[in-house]
Amino acid sequence: MRYMFIIKASQATEPTPELLEAMHRMAQREIQAGRMLDDGGLMPLAMGCQVSVEQGALKVTDGPFIEAKEMIGGYAIFDLPGGAEALASAREFMQLHIDHMPGWTGTMEIRAIAGSMTHGG
Amino acid sequence: MARGDVERAILATWRIEQPRLITSLARMLRDVPLAEELTQDVLVAALERWPQTGVPDRPGAWLMAAARRRALDHLRRAPMLERRHAMVAAALEAEQIVMPDFDAALDDDIGDEMLRLIFTACHPLLSTEARVALALRMVCGLTTAEIARAFLAAEATIAQRIVRAKRLLSASGLAYETPQGDERRLRLPAVLEVIYLIFNEGHTAAHGEDWLRPQLCDEGRRLGRILAALAPAEPEAHALVALMELNASRNAARAGPDGEPVLLMDQDRRRWDALQIRRGQDALARAWALGGRGGVYALQAAIAACHAQAPDAAATDWRSIAGLYAQLSRATNSPVVELNRAVAVAMVEGPAAGLQIIEALARAPALEGYHLLPSVRGDLLQRLGRLAEAREAFIAAAELTRNARERVFLQRRAATCPPS
Repeated sequence: MRYMFIIKASQATEPTPELLEAMHRMAQREIQAGRMLDDGGLMPLAMGCQVSVEQGALKVTDGPFIEAKEMIGGYAIFDLPGGAEALASAREFMQLHIDHMPGWTGTMEIRAIAGSMTHGG
Repeated sequence: MARGDVERAILATWRIEQPRLITSLARMLRDVPLAEELTQDVLVAALERWPQTGVPDRPGAWLMAAARRRALDHLRRAPMLERRHAMVAAALEAEQIVMPDFDAALDDDIGDEMLRLIFTACHPLLSTEARVALALRMVCGLTTAEIARAFLAAEATIAQRIVRAKRLLSASGLAYETPQGDERRLRLPAVLEVIYLIFNEGHTAAHGEDWLRPQLCDEGRRLGRILAALAPAEPEAHALVALMELNASRNAARAGPDGEPVLLMDQDRRRWDALQIRRGQDALARAWALGGRGGVYALQAAIAACHAQAPDAAATDWRSIAGLYAQLSRATNSPVVELNRAVAVAMVEGPAAGLQIIEALARAPALEGYHLLPSVRGDLLQRLGRLAEAREAFIAAAELTRNARERVFLQRRAATCPPS
């Protein structure tokens, strides 16, 4: 089963070097263990662009945007046996933030990728 | 959290941490099987304690500390004859005092240690079944009960298999060695074989009742990725990853709504997993870039890639596939591969050419009793209009197959061919 982890932060602050180092180590381990298929940190939304559909018409908006409550900072794709493993992995990743970046608040969203089940359905 | 949930949470953490626990302890103890045994004690301790205390904030650190404590205890208890052990214990204790974050010190070597773990589990001295069980337990972190369920075996059988295998390794002094250079190249096929076996065990059962059987398919792919990450210069490691990804990419399309098998040519290709195909193609490209085009896994993966690339069955590049099977047949000398080549050749040059290969195979003792031989033969004979012979072949195939659905299918095909 594949899962997408989406990390959202409440404030647009750079991660501390300690957090970066800890995340890098965890990512290395997860890649070597064959669990992590892909990951990436995202550039700030201000440097991005939005294409939306409103009343049947396309609308392209360049940044900067009105600040959202939480901004997506990065993602990772995992191949895991099930939800319990996904939760364990996400807990470990978020604990790194508590340990290495005091004051940080944010949310990790764990989303199963549709159609990626090799079994059970 | 209900008790079952806590247990699942513990086992999930376990799967993440266990290989690192074993590799750390193996370094201390110079004995992989013993290291594995001590980590099992730690799992038992966690299963006892965590349901009461809750899962710790840093479960990995908890497990590592508990595992190292056990290893130190073991070294201290070692007979005084083994002075070396006592010295190692003292040194490790000192190290622990000055540097509480022992994980960091071990991280540099973790790759080598993991590789050692895999090579130990897949030692040629062990039976194939024992290798499979050890790899699933030591590298994938499956419990004995889970392995037993996955292989439809009794738990006691698997437990005994593992104990015997570990004893054999420890007794023969092979419990802590990593083959290098030529020796490693010679051992690699045994490792690849174990991984592919685990994958196939799950792949053939991809729609089984028990999710643990198909999970073997995932564990096989994961083991392959681990090996490719640890031994990135080995083309066949990447080729095996490619083969497994490409084969697994078809999983969703392999069964109809009632669970009946759907043959490759009839599958709805929109249900093939595009990400897995891409990953498979990338891995195959890496194998090729390392000069591994002629490897047995690379050839099989190349065949799977031909299928994956074809937008529909009719557009399949059968000429390339026939050529790849010819190479594979030379490399493996396997009559099953020849049988597959016959199918491909029939697609390119017509049924008569395919039939010629099959008739040459009819005397191969390895294929005696193999239902696919008469089944393919019947198909080619039918296409040639030799219906009475085709009927005989389908009936023979139906008698040989052990799969009930397939038997019905073959009997139906026999019925479409009138007797002479």
